[in-house]
This record gives sequence, C-alpha cells and structure tokens, in this order.
Amino acid sequence: MAQVHLQKVVKKYGSLQVVHGIDLEIADNEFVVLVGPSGCGKSTTLRMIAGLEAISGGEIKIGERLVNDLPPRHRNISMVFQNYALYPHMTVRENLGFSLKIAKRPQQEIDKAVDEAAQILSLTEYMDRKPGALSGGQRQRVAMGRAIVRHPEVFLFDEPLSNLDAKLRTQMRTEIKKLHQKVKSTIVYVTHDQVEAMTLADRIVIMRDGYIEQVGTPLDVFETPANTFVATFIGSPPMNLLHGRVTGNEIAIDGGPAIGVPEPFTGKVQEGQKVILGFRADNLMPYGHAMPMESGCAEFDMTVNLSEPLGTETLLFGSLAGKEVQAKMLNPRPVADGERLQFRLDLARCHLFDADSQQALR
Amino acid sequence: MNENLLHRIRGRLLKALHFVTLFIAMAIICVPGLWVVLNSFRPTVEIMAKPPVWVPGELNLDNYRAMFGAVGEGGVPVLQYFTNSLIISVTSTLIAILVGMAGGYAFARYRFKGKASIFIGLMLTRAVPGVSLSLPLFIVMAKTGLIDTHIGLILVYVALNVPFTIWLIDGFFRQVPVELAEAAEIDGCTRWQAFWKVEFPVARAGVASAGIFAFLTSWNEYALASQLTRSTFSKTMPVGLRDFTSEFTINWGGMCALAVLMIIPALILTFLVQKHLIAGLTFGGVKG
Ligand SMILES: Nc1ncnc2c1ncn2[C@@H]1O[C@H](COP(=O)(O)OP(=O)(O)O)[C@@H](O)[C@H]1O
Ligand SMILES: [Mg+2]
Repeated sequence: MAQVHLQKVVKKYGSLQVVHGIDLEIADNEFVVLVGPSGCGKSTTLRMIAGLEAISGGEIKIGERLVNDLPPRHRNISMVFQNYALYPHMTVRENLGFSLKIAKRPQQEIDKAVDEAAQILSLTEYMDRKPGALSGGQRQRVAMGRAIVRHPEVFLFDEPLSNLDAKLRTQMRTEIKKLHQKVKSTIVYVTHDQVEAMTLADRIVIMRDGYIEQVGTPLDVFETPANTFVATFIGSPPMNLLHGRVTGNEIAIDGGPAIGVPEPFTGKVQEGQKVILGFRADNLMPYGHAMPMESGCAEFDMTVNLSEPLGTETLLFGSLAGKEVQAKMLNPRPVADGERLQFRLDLARCHLFDADSQQALR
Repeated sequence: MNENLLHRIRGRLLKALHFVTLFIAMAIICVPGLWVVLNSFRPTVEIMAKPPVWVPGELNLDNYRAMFGAVGEGGVPVLQYFTNSLIISVTSTLIAILVGMAGGYAFARYRFKGKASIFIGLMLTRAVPGVSLSLPLFIVMAKTGLIDTHIGLILVYVALNVPFTIWLIDGFFRQVPVELAEAAEIDGCTRWQAFWKVEFPVARAGVASAGIFAFLTSWNEYALASQLTRSTFSKTMPVGLRDFTSEFTINWGGMCALAVLMIIPALILTFLVQKHLIAGLTFGGVKG
C-alpha cells in the first residue's frame, strides 16, 4: 500500500521537453486516471513512475521511498500494457507465475497465488494455453492477472482497453473497477477516453502538451472545468463555447443575441471584457421540451440543422452566431431539418471563461 | 451442360495444372543433387557415357569403398576432412551467432551515433566478392602463421558471416515488441534476465535460421578455403574434393561420393532446426 508523489517531474528527449515539471499527489488506494489527447505525455509520465523511462528532473516517491534512479524491479509496481505484452512462449500459467518464479518463491506459494489470480479473473479454463490461442478479452485478463499476482504497491495501466471492441471495453471497465475494490491498492491509469476516465477514476488528472490542466474528482472536472480545454475535453457532447463581450449586465455574443450575465458571475466581470460563454447541450433546450430551470434563463431562437434521436432525448445541432451549437430535447418529437425553435438556456449552469487566458472565471 | 459441373471440372484441371507445374519446378531444382547422389553409386564408364545413361545399369558402393580405402588406391582422408569441416564450421557459426546476437540486438533496440552508417558499412562488406580478398588474406595469414590452421579459417568465416547474422537477427529482434522486455523488467528481471528469459526465447527462430545460414556458408565455402589450407591438417571437405582430380583424369564417381557425404550433415542439421523455422515467431503475446 503506497502513495505516489510526483514533484516537478520533467522529461526531456534530447532538447525536446515533453513533460514540463508536473506535480501530483496520489493517495494510498486511490484510483487516479491520467487523461488527455494523444501525445500529451500520459504514457511518458506513467513510464517514469514505472522506471522504464529515466526522469530528467524532479522527484518521484512511491510510499516514502525516493525511486528516481531505481530500476523497475525495485519499485514494487505492476504494469499492464496497451498491447498486453504477454510472454508468447509461455502458457497462461507460466505468464501469471513468472514474477514469483523470478523472485525464487517456493513453488507452492506460486501455485497458490496463480490459482487465486486465475479465480478472480476467471481464467482457470485457459491456464495451459499460450497467449496466441486466446481472444483479445482473455489476453487482457491474463495481463491483469500477471499484474495482481505479485501484490504490488502500485498498479500502472497504460490504455489497457483501447485494443478491445466497444462491448468488451465496457465489460472490462467494470471488471477493473471491481478489481480495485477486491485488491485494494493504488492505481494509476492512463487513457485518452474521457468516458473511461469519468467512470473509473476517484480523481482525474487532465493533461495537455506535458502540463497538467486540472486535477479533481470526475464531478469536479465536469461541473467546474478550470479552462476551456477541460470544458471541451470532458463530457460528451463537448461543451458549447461562444465568444462575446461584457456590456452592462449582459454578454453580447459576437454576431448573436445578448444574454444576461449569469448570476454566479455578476461582479466578477468588467465592462468590455472579452469572455467565452460555455454551456452543455443538457442546459440548452427547446421551449416545451426543457427541464425546469430554477433561476434565470435566457431565451432565443435558433434554426435546427440536424437532429439525432437517441430515444429518451434528441440531440439537436443548430447554429448560433455562426458557430455550431448542440442542444438537447426532452420528451422528443420529430424535428424537421431547418425548423426554427425557441430555446431556453439555463443561466445557472453556464460557465464563463476569460477569452485571453482561456481560464474559468470564478 | 450444367454450369456447376463446368466450374467443378475447371477447378480440378487448375489443381492438376498446379501440381504438374510445381512438380516440374521441384524437379529442376532437385535434379542436380539427385544426379550427384546417383552418380556416386555408378561406375565411371556410366557417368561419362554419351548420350547419358538415364536408367542406371548397375549400382554399387565401389566409389565409397575406394574413398575410404588406402591413399594410394584412390583413398582420401575423409574422416580428417570431415572433422576439420565440422570443427571449423561449428566454431565459426557459434562465434558468428554470439556476435550476431549482440550486434543484432544492439541495432534493434538502441540508438547510438553512426548507427545507420555502421549498419550500411557492415552490409557493404558483403558486396565485396570473397575471392578478391583471397590474396590479401593469404598474405596476412602467412605473416601471422595462420595458414593451414583451423583458427585461420574460423576467423575468416566469422568475418564472412557476422554481417549476415547481425542483419538477420536484428530483423527478428525488431519484431519482438519492446514491451515484452519491459514487462519482464517490471516482473522483477534484470536487463540481462529479461533478455535471456523473454526476448531470446521469442526470437529463437531467427537465431536458429541465422545459425543454419552461417553453418552452411562455412560448410560449403570453397574459394577461400582452397587458398588458406595446405594439408590434411586443415583442409575442409569442399577442398578435399580436389583430391579426386589428378593431372589427366578426374575421378567423378569418387567426387560425387564425397559430395554426398558433405550433403548429409547439412541435410540433417536443416531437418533438426527446421521445426524452429516453421514454428516461426510464436506471436500472440501482444495484440498486433
Ligand atoms: N523516445 C522518444 N523520443 C522522442 N520523443 C518521444 C519519445 N517517446 C515519446 N516522445 C514524445 O513525447 C510526447 C508524449 O508521448 P506519450 O507520453 O507517449 O503520449 P501519450 O499521452 O499519447 O501517451 C509525444 O509528443 C511523443 O512524440
Ligand atoms: Mg500513450
């Protein structure tokens, strides 16, 4: 059981710096997900924790131990790779028991640990097969089994589900969550899929270009994104963002309607300030098909260009001030393309960002 | 006539054609070898007959008997040549494989300065025809006293084979995903253990095929061996074939008999290692 502690961690490849001094505290038993677009340095960060990649600056501690220069085998970690990296020349049983065998544990202990892991992951039927004779989902489970057999202090996952088909991915996601409940330990999990991040994480770390943009619980980052990047990255469909300027107690959307400054932000904006108004599709609904909106709402007309019925609701694509805006319709009725509807925007649920810094106004 | 029947007949015809074509191709490839084997059992008159005698009139072991016989009566120190060939080929193959593994692994896994040029340089050495080196080699060997020794030929064959084994083994290690060794390291291996317990077994097929090629090259090499060996002390089997030529005659039957003896170990080796070659890289450990 261990916490993981990153302080000003830097990674450079020659003169190219890809991780720019990130700080992160991961508590014991915490499930932390690093998420961000491809190439943002998630894997590099994870591999530095694993010891597979030398760190160019800063400190990494696992438990109370400074591990900066320790090789992977002395860090007491397990890692599940995106391509599973099962040993192709060994059977499932040998794959699972490999780490204990290397540690020269007694055969009896190895067998017990392997059987236990096989039980947890329902692999008992496949123990004598080679990885080549397993399906993708089974390989995935062997990879996880290999990780849990040694009871490490920290589990590291690098996009473990991205090679599975959609259905299996959802299934394995649940299994990983269950696994975390069963074998209590610290998990650092890397993914580029925000849904995976939201469903699995105790805390989400959102990265971009080698920087951490925000750290928080899934609800935190969904409800109070720190900047426009987080706002559009987390949540599906992405948050609508409209540029505007503060005039009086209204925000004049560039080339669009003026909307009252949402209450939480009154007094926090200056006259003439350039801002970005953000709102999710769930908070923009056509009149008569909307949720009750407790405090103020703005109303305006918008032409619907396209509608995607999802059953219980319909996703509407309109254009406002020349930008595509997504809205939702509850208790849907068929909507013709090009139909003009009156929409209500829930002001209490709006976000406001400074247009220059892209940071949220709070 | 029925359309399906037509297609079925066409399918069968195509299949038969396939078979015949393959048979002819294989026959063309195999005939010289088989001819050598056949001739080793025939008297010289029949071998030299014109037009050729396709169906042998008589088969006997005379050529073999004579070859193993006393030196004066057409005998050749076969066992000595065989031992020389074996020592030289096996040793040089082992060394070439060890160097090839170290080099191939380095090229596959590490980045270093001048990597590309070193690699191209290695390959270019293969572009130099071996024979053109025979005179310089002869001089060097003579000066260092390595003419007519096993070590001399072993060194030459190692040099001949190393670029090739490096190239081949590099290719195989490239196909072994880096993550395998990383996973092994996380599972508690040192770098060295990760190589021997995971990467090497996975790339074994490649190492085996490099080994076969290196062995066959050394086993069959003639041009350089004929310059660098003098006596029965170091002559290899291909050089030994020349013992059957005298000033005016060539003992074709004896030559064929020795050639057959040369082919047999190569065949056996290929059969033994073939399993590994066919098994190929047992992938599936990683999702492609
Ligand atoms: N060995 C390397 N040499 C140079 N640049 C690298 C190397 N490995 C990764 N990078 C760069 O580092 C950045 C982060 O990569 P990575 O951590 O793999 O991103 P991801 O978030 O998709 O996992 C990328 O821009 C990548 O090109
Ligand atoms: Mg990655």
